[in-house]
Amino acid sequence: MSTDNALLKEYSQREYEHGFVTAIETDSIPPGLNEDVVRLISEKKGEPDWLLQWRLKAYRHWLTLEEPSWQNVTYPPVNYQDAVYYSAPKQQAQLESLDQVDPAILETYEKLGIPLEEQKALAGVAVDAVFDSVSVATTFKETLEKHGVIFCSFSDAVQNHPELVKKYLGSVVPYSDNFFATLNSAVFSDGSFCYIPAGVRCPLELSTYFRINAQNTGQFERTLIIAEAGSYVSYLEGCTAPKRDENQLHAAVVELVAMEDAQIKYSTVQNWYPGDAEGRGGIYNFVTKRGACRGNNSKISWTQVETGSAITWKYPSVILQGDDSVGEFYSVALTANRQQADTGTKMVHLGKNTKSTIISKGISAGRGQNSYRGLVKIQKGATNARNFSQCDSLLIGDRCGAHTFPYIEVRNTTSKVEHEASTSKVGEDQIYYCRQRGLPTEDAVNMIVNGFCKEVYKELPLEFAVEARKLLSVSLEGSVG
Amino acid sequence: MLTTEAATFEDEFTLQGERTASDPPWLRDLRTRGWERFTQLGLPTTREEEWRFTNVAPLASRPFTLAASDQLDTADIEGLIEQASLDGGFHRLVYVNGRYSQQWSRIDELPHGVILQSLAESTRERQGFVQARLGRLAAAQHSAFTSLNEAFVDDGAFVFVPDDVRIDRPIQLIFLSASGPPVMCHPRNLVYLGNNSRATIVESYLGVPGSYSLTNAVSEIEMADSAELDHYKLQHEQPRALHVAKTQVQQQSLSRFRSHYFSFGSELSRNELNCVLDGQQIECILNGLYMPDGNQHMDCRTRIDHAKPNCNSFELYKGVLDDQAKGVFNGKIHVHPDAQKTDAKQSNQALLLSDDAVIDTKPELEIYADDVRCTHGATVGELDEQALYYLRSRGIPSELARTMLIFAFANDVVQGVEVPAVRQHLESLLLADRGLPNV
Repeated sequence: MSTDNALLKEYSQREYEHGFVTAIETDSIPPGLNEDVVRLISEKKGEPDWLLQWRLKAYRHWLTLEEPSWQNVTYPPVNYQDAVYYSAPKQQAQLESLDQVDPAILETYEKLGIPLEEQKALAGVAVDAVFDSVSVATTFKETLEKHGVIFCSFSDAVQNHPELVKKYLGSVVPYSDNFFATLNSAVFSDGSFCYIPAGVRCPLELSTYFRINAQNTGQFERTLIIAEAGSYVSYLEGCTAPKRDENQLHAAVVELVAMEDAQIKYSTVQNWYPGDAEGRGGIYNFVTKRGACRGNNSKISWTQVETGSAITWKYPSVILQGDDSVGEFYSVALTANRQQADTGTKMVHLGKNTKSTIISKGISAGRGQNSYRGLVKIQKGATNARNFSQCDSLLIGDRCGAHTFPYIEVRNTTSKVEHEASTSKVGEDQIYYCRQRGLPTEDAVNMIVNGFCKEVYKELPLEFAVEARKLLSVSLEGSVG
Repeated sequence: MLTTEAATFEDEFTLQGERTASDPPWLRDLRTRGWERFTQLGLPTTREEEWRFTNVAPLASRPFTLAASDQLDTADIEGLIEQASLDGGFHRLVYVNGRYSQQWSRIDELPHGVILQSLAESTRERQGFVQARLGRLAAAQHSAFTSLNEAFVDDGAFVFVPDDVRIDRPIQLIFLSASGPPVMCHPRNLVYLGNNSRATIVESYLGVPGSYSLTNAVSEIEMADSAELDHYKLQHEQPRALHVAKTQVQQQSLSRFRSHYFSFGSELSRNELNCVLDGQQIECILNGLYMPDGNQHMDCRTRIDHAKPNCNSFELYKGVLDDQAKGVFNGKIHVHPDAQKTDAKQSNQALLLSDDAVIDTKPELEIYADDVRCTHGATVGELDEQALYYLRSRGIPSELARTMLIFAFANDVVQGVEVPAVRQHLESLLLADRGLPNV
């Protein structure tokens, strides 16, 4: 085991691969939060009055809320007056082709391995790239338009499709939902908007790359996806962030609405800067994600691979309102060094014959703390509801932690709820077996971990599955114990 | 905290203070500390995570008083005690409204060095020992009910088993509530098992029909190296009773603790069982069965702290819920940073028999060591249609088939009972309750 320990050490000292800063001018407002800031954000974006009022309502409500403390993570108190609530790349002229995009931004994408020039050539992926808070380039618009799919930045949607935004904004995650969602509602900068008309199967996988760039800029993304009756969409969200020494707050909100027979598949690969080996820096990722299966036979599926962030705190949830609707949650969460994650899901069964599946794989290494927290709630009307939950934890190293806090609340006899959880370490015999066959320990662990996560990977779109596997291997390098 | 709640208990606390003025100062100080803590904490509300699913305030703020045990109908009591005594061979300590009653108790010859007496006696006779231990394991800092118990600490059972002594005959503690007006009692039990000793303790809680009571019991159990304890708790309180209890167990190396909890009675019950495995090679087995019906609410909480390496814990809790009953299960396994080679299994299964029954379950694992094997499972469901069909296809009427399946489900836990008299009692109870002939 001594070599393993050496590897462990090596791993824990690994530096973040994507740590670089793009020097471009940004148009930021001074740090701090008050009503004027909210008004300023709204004004800068030229928003209609109803949206400003909504933001103000949220802001006033936020003032009455206290930051939650029940989650199983620790971090120094966040000073909300220190953060900058708006930052947009300065060069914001209307862009018609990629040539007009700031070369520095393009370079950033290249470092991330997503050269925009090649995006169009990339099979089936339209990228709405969000650089800090404002979308700067969108591809494949024409193909989507042909099918009637609206896929644009949130700001554009407010300008061009106000009726849809007004109808659905806050309908799944109300402005008063929780501390961070309320904060987001008050100051959200931009995000993605997606509308799939009835009966349309979205021809492309929609994808957004988020990236936090300007120092001290809290990112408050807002994503809204509406799938009308009988439609289908697969949405990919992936992120990397440059290395920073100060903690950056990220409080996004994602709302999904699935009408009758509609399907939404939402996949995330999250690889934000996790802080250095001592836990300095790193992103605070406090996200509210929720989907509503409004119509009968609708389906919402969350898949997430969480390897980044100093603190991850999110519970992608599904409200199963329609009869026979299905909710799924597949998650791989990795915490290494001093990363902390408190993540899981909520499945609220309201309709008849609703089904939900939860597969959660937690991997803790170094001094990482990984918690699964989930709620399965079967309401009285949810006749014949079914749930299956499985949360497995893998421990690498003796100073890490894995925790499970499942809540099961059942109000209906005909429902069946099953929950299983297990915790174990990477088996020494498994490693021994692989080494015996000439595999280095590290590869063996990678193999074992990838096998452990396989159930989740198979739910990811192909491109993402490859990336996720690579990401996990990179994150795990040398962490063998 | 509402003023009415404080007033409910405050008058009683003052009265008790006058009555016990002659008690040793340390004991009076302990009560004062408990009371002060209770007034700070107040009764828990559902806003507290620990009490999220159980709203105890409306019941606990009824005007309960401490009862004197002399104003009772002895014929009633005699009948009940006979009924509660499972076996003539048991050592029996009887408490009426929380106060030791010599009249009904029966302690036979005990092995040398064993002490079996009421806590009130032991605080007089064994001050040093009791003073050092009272409130040591069951810390009152964070629990309103434990502080309340501490404020009213007075009587209960005192069990001391010296090194290398094994008591073969079970010790039964019978706690009886009897009342006209609502009464409360706060029994405190102190159990000490020396090295390589063995004992079986059966705690029975029951009430005179029609009584209206609050039982707030705290047991502190200390087990030295290689000690072995079988602990049974049978909760048969009256339908209008509020039963709150905490059992705190501290285990040393190689000790074995087996707990069997059976909850049938009371309007609202909450049982907390906390085990700290503070040594190596410890075995801790927790079994439980809760069967609420009508409007009963039963809250079972367990917590196992694996503080040292190489210990095993095994937990099985089952619930059968009927009518508008509500069940809550919260089981926590906490593996501390150095507790390597821990093997912990936890399972909670609930059977819902009625559409209005409600179950909230929250099995938790908190693990800070890597070389461990921990699993938990929780299931909630109704009777298996296929099993019912199988039985019916063999000519068994559906009602009987249901009864058989329920019995089989619950009997899993009963099978773990090793004392024949207790097992028979439970089996016949399960069967009679479901209208099946005795086996």
